[in-house]
This record gives sequence, structure tokens and C-alpha cells, in this order.
Amino acid sequence: MNQPAIQPDINGLFGQFGGRFVAETLMPLILELQAEYDTAKDDPEFQRQLAYFQSDYVGRPNPLYFAERLTEHFGGAKIYLKREELNHTGAHKINNCIGQVLLAKRMGKKRIIAETGAGMHGVATATVAARFGLPCVIYMGSTDIERQQPNVFRMKLLGAEVIPVTSGTGTLKDAMNEALRDWVTNVDDTFYIIGTVAGPHPYPAMVRDFQAVIGHETRAQMQEKEGRLPDSLVACIGGGSNAMGLFHPFLNDASVEMIGVEAGGKGVESGQHAASLNGGAPGVLHGNRTYLLQDEDGQIIDAHSISAGLDYPGIGPEHAWLHEQGRVEYVSATDDEALEAFQTCCRLEGIIPALESAHALAEVAKRAPKLPSDHLMVVNLSGRGDKDMMSVAHYLGEKFK
Amino acid sequence: MNPNARLAARFAALKTENRPALVSYVTAGDPDMATSQRILDGLPAAGVDVIELGMPFSDPMADGPAIQKAALRALKEGQTQAKTLEMVRAFREKDTTTPIVLMGYYNPIYRYGVDRFLTDAARAGVDGLIVVDIPPEHDDELCQPAAQHGIDFIRLATPTTDTKRLPKVLGNASGFVYYVSVAGVTGGSAPTPEKLERSVSNLREHTKLPIAVGFGIRTPEQAAIIGRFSDAVVVGSALVDCIEHAATPDEAVKGVHDLARDLAESIRECREVSEPQVS
Ligand SMILES: Cc1ncc(COP(=O)(O)O)c(C=O)c1O
Repeated sequence: MNQPAIQPDINGLFGQFGGRFVAETLMPLILELQAEYDTAKDDPEFQRQLAYFQSDYVGRPNPLYFAERLTEHFGGAKIYLKREELNHTGAHKINNCIGQVLLAKRMGKKRIIAETGAGMHGVATATVAARFGLPCVIYMGSTDIERQQPNVFRMKLLGAEVIPVTSGTGTLKDAMNEALRDWVTNVDDTFYIIGTVAGPHPYPAMVRDFQAVIGHETRAQMQEKEGRLPDSLVACIGGGSNAMGLFHPFLNDASVEMIGVEAGGKGVESGQHAASLNGGAPGVLHGNRTYLLQDEDGQIIDAHSISAGLDYPGIGPEHAWLHEQGRVEYVSATDDEALEAFQTCCRLEGIIPALESAHALAEVAKRAPKLPSDHLMVVNLSGRGDKDMMSVAHYLGEKFK
Repeated sequence: MNPNARLAARFAALKTENRPALVSYVTAGDPDMATSQRILDGLPAAGVDVIELGMPFSDPMADGPAIQKAALRALKEGQTQAKTLEMVRAFREKDTTTPIVLMGYYNPIYRYGVDRFLTDAARAGVDGLIVVDIPPEHDDELCQPAAQHGIDFIRLATPTTDTKRLPKVLGNASGFVYYVSVAGVTGGSAPTPEKLERSVSNLREHTKLPIAVGFGIRTPEQAAIIGRFSDAVVVGSALVDCIEHAATPDEAVKGVHDLARDLAESIRECREVSEPQVS
């Protein structure tokens, strides 16, 4: 099989995607970060610290759980859930935050900033900032603040300052713009913890490395339970970090199918979605070249998804590359499909998934029934749905009035 | 006229006059295309020596609120890359000597198609490009192709660009060098003149190109101080604010031209006062 490039080139490019498309003011910082990360990666002490916090603070390894009732319900593939929702703070986001905050400490940075959509990355960032005694500023779109109130309160409890972003449409991309503006202004002391496999090099590769713990554990756990590799991996895609974390350690295993699920919103045909690969075109935003939702003139179009964490008009550059290579299949699930899968998971497994993760489950609902019972399917349950109670209640309440 | 020559000719002429250039920034299509064209067309008469014309982008990461809002106003009125080039073409029918530099972000150019954009821009009479989000590491994307079309690629040097990195930044630079006075977004505040003067003289050791200073320059007084040691003074947000605060299109046109006139007057005299010339 033709193996895709697993590491970006010297300019941070995966094929034509990725790179470092940032203002000159940020270039020296990004180069410094890359140098620091390259040393840290090979430093046993850094790896030891990382492993320590992953286990004793985050609670890893989390289980690879055989979802017996979902399996029965769909009557096909044998479904396993990778339980990222059991991590401290309730999502995979903290895997990356722990890694980056340790780097920030190493670099002597004094202040942490981050963007957040659903608030899960914001909460995870505020959490590690509290743990390491660093002041923390979170940029969050005003639209998202409204639909993710519990997370806003959590961040504040953790001591973070949450700055509402009203520019643009007040969602994740605007929060990222604002975080970049903060960074470019506070270059000396600030570390920007990007929450997904996007942004300028080295972020996409670095965040992926920190998230790859998901795939490595899955591999070992599947070996233990079934004595072999899984047949397929399914994960939802906002920027693509939980998916990349699960997929990456399996990229060279040709027998393992991988499916990334984008947010289809009201349907890709409707124009109201967040499916960059299925409904976008290549472009340059937030430091990298990737697939973007944009109009004919290169203006970025707002994404739409019921799930704030998937509401981003781009996707990590490595996904764009894997898409063009055909190594990973990228599909989409609509708001309605995700809500349905959300409820199925609640009722059958007693697990309330995040609306983001429910998109992955929606794809399972389509795919699993057609597969044989010896097909081993792993779904990344990237987060728990406590934060979504209000949105879901609102949605279902309206529907069943 | 070879477009490449306009910037060089303008800076050479200013050197003989012993005065810095006034470089103005407004966003194309702000507040609407017709008014924006009137603003553009009147800039040379108001004393502007080099024109930066912003290509509006939905996600201007390096800009502060003033220029962000300008871009949104322009986009709301339907401004496009093609319309921006059309404005330059119309300007060139009346003015063949004032250099125009298009400034913005990469995505609208990338989407238009790099080659097609450069061809159309050269034909319209564009002299240079400032594209904020393409560092020298990606010179093959736009900087080198621009040179082949006779369009200068103006590089930004910033307070974070250290001496080790400068040669890389200046390697393929042409037209002039834009020194970004502060680490930050447009519309912030400028640093002390002493600090700036040191940075500019440090830059001079690495380049023969004219050096423009921008970010945070708002008033004729500031412009005059900075114009004593730089080859050009860039004023953007303050001009754009005139458009935002205008109640009518006429007021917007007048506001921009009046401020430009005051700035031009102030920097015209700036080197005649006591301080010796730095060149
Ligand atoms: C639970 C959960 N899953 C997935 C995502 C999407 O991000 P990514 O695609 O980077 O995993 C988010 C983002 O907020 C999230 O909170």
C-alpha cells in the first residue's frame, strides 16, 4: 500500500496542506516552540512527567468498552467505545492540554491563552492552568457562550478569565482569530494552547502526538480483548484532534478502515453545515492550508452545527492530506442524525455522549448494521454530554411540545 | 510605465526632496465601492505618496477593531477581489505615477488563483503586495511568482524579528521594507520614538530598501517625529476611523482627505527642524 507521509516536511507541510501561514511577528515564536517541542519529545524526563499526569491526573488509561447493547441494537459489527469521556474534565481535550502546559512551563511562559468552541477545550485549559498556577484567558464566541453556559461557569470557577468574542458570528473561528490577536500582542510571556490539530506548524503534529495516546491505548486494549487489530475506527471531526489521536497509530495498518465524521448540520446540500472536506475547498486560514468553508471570493463562510465543538469552517491539515490520499474516509452526519444517536446511546448504554461524539455514533448507526458480527469497530466517545443538557433539552422540548 | 519602477521612482524622488513618504491605508470598498473610489482617487492630491489599498478579508487576524470593521463594511457592500482590481484600474486612468500596494491576507488571492491574480493585478496597475500571513518560509507561494510579474513583495519586519532572522525576511523583499512598530495588531499604540529609531537604524544595516514604519501612528505630530528617521510613515486605522465616524459618503471622503492633508503637511516639514537627516 502507498503509505501517506506521517510527518510533515520542514515547512510543516503534509503534501500541500499545513504550513506556517502566520504574520512575521509570530514566526520567531512558532520556530522557538517547534525547537522546544522537538527537544522535549526526546527528553525522557518530559515523557515521564507527561505519563505521570496522564495517569494520575487525567485518569488514563480509560477503558475500551464493549458496547453490548448498541451492538445488539444495530445487529452487525461488534462495537467498542473508547471512553475518552471518562477523562478528567470529560473529554479528550485534556490529553493535549497537559502536554502543552508542560511545554509552556519548560519554556518559562507566564500566561496561558486558548480559544474554545463547546468550552471543553476551554475547561481543559483552565484546569491545567489552575493546576500549574498560571493565569489563563479563554476566548469564546458570544454565540457559544450562550449555548454552553455550564462550561463558561466551570472555566470561571477554575480561575480563568472568559472573554466573549463578538466579531464575526461569535463562534469558534472568531475566538481563534481573537486568541491569535492576543498572542501577537503578548509575544513575550504568553503560551497559546491550541485545542485541535490545526493552526500553524508545529501545532497540528504536536497536538496529534499528544492525542495519539488514544490510538496507542486502543491498540493495546484491542490486542488484549480480541487478540488482533480493530477493523474500523470511527471518530467525529471538528478540527480533528480526537480523530487524529485515534487514527494516527493505525495509519500504516492497511487493514484498518478509518472514518471521520464531519458535522452535516442541516445537510451538506443546505449550505448550513460544518463539513469542510465534504462541502469546502482548499484555502489558507489560521496558519495553515486546508479545506475551508469559503465563498467564490475566498471569504470564510460560517459553519453551522448543533454541536458547538464541531462548528468550525476548517479541518486539521493532516486530515485534508489523508482525504486526498484516500487513506481515511470522510463522511458527515446531520444535526438530526446526531440527536437520534445521542438518545440511543443514552438509553441503551446509560452513557450520555457529547453532541460532538454523537456524530460518530450516527455514522455507526448507518454502518454497523451492514457489517458482519466479527467486524471490530471502535468509536471514539470523545466527550460526555453534561455540557449539552441545555441545548438538547431545548431542542427536544420544542420538538415534543 | 513598468509597474516595478513606480515604487522605486517615487522613493528616489522623495530622497532628493529630503522628505519621507506618506503612506496611507484604506480598505477597498469601504464604506462602499463608489465612495471608496472617490477616496482613492483623491489621495494623491491630498498629499499621499504611496497608497496601500486593503483587500477585505472575513478573518483579518492581524488587524485591530478599526480595520476589522472596515473589512466587514466593504464585504457587506459586496466588495470582491475583482472589484478591488477594478478600482486600481480606474485610478490608473487618472494617475500613472502614484504607487499602489495591495494589502491583505492570502486566502482571497489563493482562491482567485495566484497566477491569474498576479496577471490581473499587474494589468490593473498594482505595484506591490503586502500579504500579512505569508512568511519568507513560503516565498514560493506568492513572493517569487509576484516578482515574475513585476510586482514588488513588501516584507514586514517586526520587533520579534531578531538579527539572526532578518536576512531571511529581507532575502526576497523588494519595493520597501515595512517595519511594524509594535508586536500587536493594527490600531494599537506606537512605542517611543527612541526605541523605534534604534530599530530602524538596526534594520538599515541589513537592507538598502527604503524603510516604512507603521502600526499605531495616528497624528500629524507622531508622523513628523517618525518621519525624521524613516523613509515612509504609514497611517491606517486613523484614516479608516474617519470613514467609520462619517455620517455620509461625502463626509467620509472629506474626513480621509483632510487627515491625509494634515499628515502630509506635517511630514513635509519634519526634517527641516533642527534634527539632521538620516539616510
Ligand atoms: C467532546 C468533543 N469531541 C470532539 C470535539 C471536536 O474537536 P476535535 O475534532 O479536535 O476532536 C470537541 C470540541 O470541542 C469536543 O468537545
